[in-house]
Amino acid sequence: MNIIEIKDLVKIYDSTEIEVTAVNHINLNFEKGEFSAVVGPSGSGKTTFLNLLGGLDRPTAGHIMIDGIDLWSLKPRQITDFRLHNIGFVFQSYNLLPVLTAKENVEFIMHLQGWPKEAREKRAVELLESVGLGDRINSRPGKLSGGQQQRVAVARALASKPKFILADEPTANLDSHSTENLLDIMEKLNREEGITFIFSTHDARVVKKAHRVITLEDGKVLSDEKK
Amino acid sequence: MLIQVSWRNIWRSRTRSLVVITAITLGIMAGVFSTAFMKGMMDKRVETAIHTELSHIQIHDSLFRKTSELKYYMPGAEVLARKIDTLPHVEGVTQRIIVQSMISSAETGAGVKIMGVRPEDEKKVTDIAQQMVAGKYFEGIKRNPIVIGQKLARKLNVRVRSKVVITLQDLDNNLTAGAFRVAGIYKTSNTAYDESNVFVRYEDLARLTDLPAGACHEIAIRVDNDLNTVSVQQKIKKTAGGLEVMNWKEISPELSYITAVMDQYMYIFIMIILLALLFGIINTMLMVILERHKEIGMLLAIGMSRTRIFFMIIIETVLLSLTGGLTGVILGTFISKYFESHYINLSMFGKGLEQLGYSALVNTSINPEMVVSVTIMVIFTGIIAAIYPALKAIKYDPAEALRIE
Repeated sequence: MNIIEIKDLVKIYDSTEIEVTAVNHINLNFEKGEFSAVVGPSGSGKTTFLNLLGGLDRPTAGHIMIDGIDLWSLKPRQITDFRLHNIGFVFQSYNLLPVLTAKENVEFIMHLQGWPKEAREKRAVELLESVGLGDRINSRPGKLSGGQQQRVAVARALASKPKFILADEPTANLDSHSTENLLDIMEKLNREEGITFIFSTHDARVVKKAHRVITLEDGKVLSDEKK
Repeated sequence: MLIQVSWRNIWRSRTRSLVVITAITLGIMAGVFSTAFMKGMMDKRVETAIHTELSHIQIHDSLFRKTSELKYYMPGAEVLARKIDTLPHVEGVTQRIIVQSMISSAETGAGVKIMGVRPEDEKKVTDIAQQMVAGKYFEGIKRNPIVIGQKLARKLNVRVRSKVVITLQDLDNNLTAGAFRVAGIYKTSNTAYDESNVFVRYEDLARLTDLPAGACHEIAIRVDNDLNTVSVQQKIKKTAGGLEVMNWKEISPELSYITAVMDQYMYIFIMIILLALLFGIINTMLMVILERHKEIGMLLAIGMSRTRIFFMIIIETVLLSLTGGLTGVILGTFISKYFESHYINLSMFGKGLEQLGYSALVNTSINPEMVVSVTIMVIFTGIIAAIYPALKAIKYDPAEALRIE
C-alpha cells in the first residue's frame, strides 16, 4: 500500500538573475515499511526533494499525497501540525536541544503532541533503550558522541509515532563504526516494527544497506532500483 | 516543559545573561531604594508638619483664617476646648491667640506671627518644647518669657535672657508694645518656620491685646493616630457651632498631595529605568534568536507551532527580566529596610533642605504596594522586550534555517 504518492513534483528556485530547477517533474510512490535511499551527487536535488516531502519547502508545482491527504493543499499552520503528527525527522547535524537531556529531547516532541508526563517519560526511556542508549538517558547532547546524538535523534523521530521518517544525510558526520551502528538500529526498527525510512545519502555503505535506491540527477529520477 | 527549556536556555550564555540580569538588578534596586528614600523624606516632612506646625485638627472663626485680624476671635473657645478634650482619641487640645506683629531687638526688627499659648497644653499638641537648642521652654524667666526660633534669634542677634520688644495693634486698633525676655530658642527642621513663629504665654498676650477672658483665635487638636483625624473632626463639627473645623489636609492641601505626587514621580522614574533596560533586553534576545536560528528551524521542522515558539521566547525573556527584577526588588527592599532604622545623613545639603522644611536626617520608608507594582512592571517590560525578537524568530523558514552549517 502506498503511503506517499508524488505526482509531477517541481521546485524552481527563482533568484532574480537565474532560475534553478532543483526538482524537475518527479513521480514516485513509497510503500509502508520501505527502507529507501535517495542518492545522487551534491546539487542533484536530494535535500530539496526531502524538504518538499517533509512539508518544509513549498513545491512550485505537483502534488504530494500522504495517506490520501494532499500535503501542500493544507494551510501553513496545518502543515506544521501535520509534520508533528505524521513525519519524523533526522538531520545531518543531529539538531538536539543542547539544554535538554537525551530523555528530555525525546520527550519534548511528545510534549508538543500533548502526551501526559508519565506516558511520555516511559516511552522516551523505552525508545532510548531500543537505540542502545539506556545508560545515557540523563546525559545532555554535549556529553554524547556524534553517533550517540544521532541515535537520540532517531529515538526522537520515532517518539511521535510518525507514518515515516525522513533522514537527510544522517551519517554524513559520523565515523564508520557509528555509521554501521546507526544503520543497524534503523534497519532493525524497519524490520521488526515496520518503520518506514527514507534517507538521502552519498555514502556507499548506506546505499549498500538500502532496500531501494533512487538516484537523482539534475532534479530528475535517473534510476529507481529495488533490491 | 517550555518553562524548563526557557530557564535552561537563559544559562546557556551565562556571561551574557548575567550582564543583563545585573543591569536589571541594579536598575530596579536603585528604583526601589530611591522610592523608599523619597517616601521616607516625604513622610518625615508630613509628620514634622503635623507634630510641629499644624497639629491634626484646627478650629477657627472662618473669617480669621481669611484675614488674620485680631477681632475675629472665638469668644467661647475655653468651653469648647474642654469639651473636645474629653472626646476619645484626643491626646491634646491647645488654645492660641494669634497676632501678626513686629518683633525688635536692640539691633533690628522682623515681622512674625506671635502665638499666645498655655505651655502645658501646647506641649501635648506640638513638640516645640522638645526642640530647644538654648534655654528652656517657658522656664527660667518670670515676667513675659518668649520662645523664638534659632533662625530668628540669629537675625535679631539675641540670646537667652536677651530683651525683645513686640509691637502690635490691640482690639481697639491702638498701637501697643510689650517687652519680653527670651526664655528659650528652638530649632525645627524647617528654618522658614523658625524664622517667623514665636511663642509667648497666653495670659501675657491676652493682656497686651485686651482680648476677653477665655477667648482665642485657634484651637489646635492632636489625636492619637492620623487615621482617627477625620472621625474626631466630624464629632467636633457637631459641637462647634458655626466655627470652621479643618483637618491638616484641608489646612495644608499641598502637604497631603506631596506623597501622592511623589509616588507618581517615582513611577515615572522607574519607567525611565525600565525603558533603558528594555533596549538592553531586546538586544540580548535578538542575539539569542540569531544564535539559535538553526535550532528554531529544527523546532519548526519537527512540528512545534509558531505560536509555541513565540511563547517560548516570551517566557525566556520574562524569566530573564524577572530574575534580575526580583533580585533588584529584594536587594532594594533589603537596603531600604536597613535605612528604616538607620539615618542617612544629608547634612552636607542640610541647609538647603531645611529651608524647604525637610530634615537632613532621612529614614527610608518602603511602600509594599510600590514593590508589587515594580515587579509587575518588570514582567511587562520582559513581555514588551520579547515581542520584536519573538516575531523575528517565528518568521524563520525551517528549510532555510536547517541549511545553516
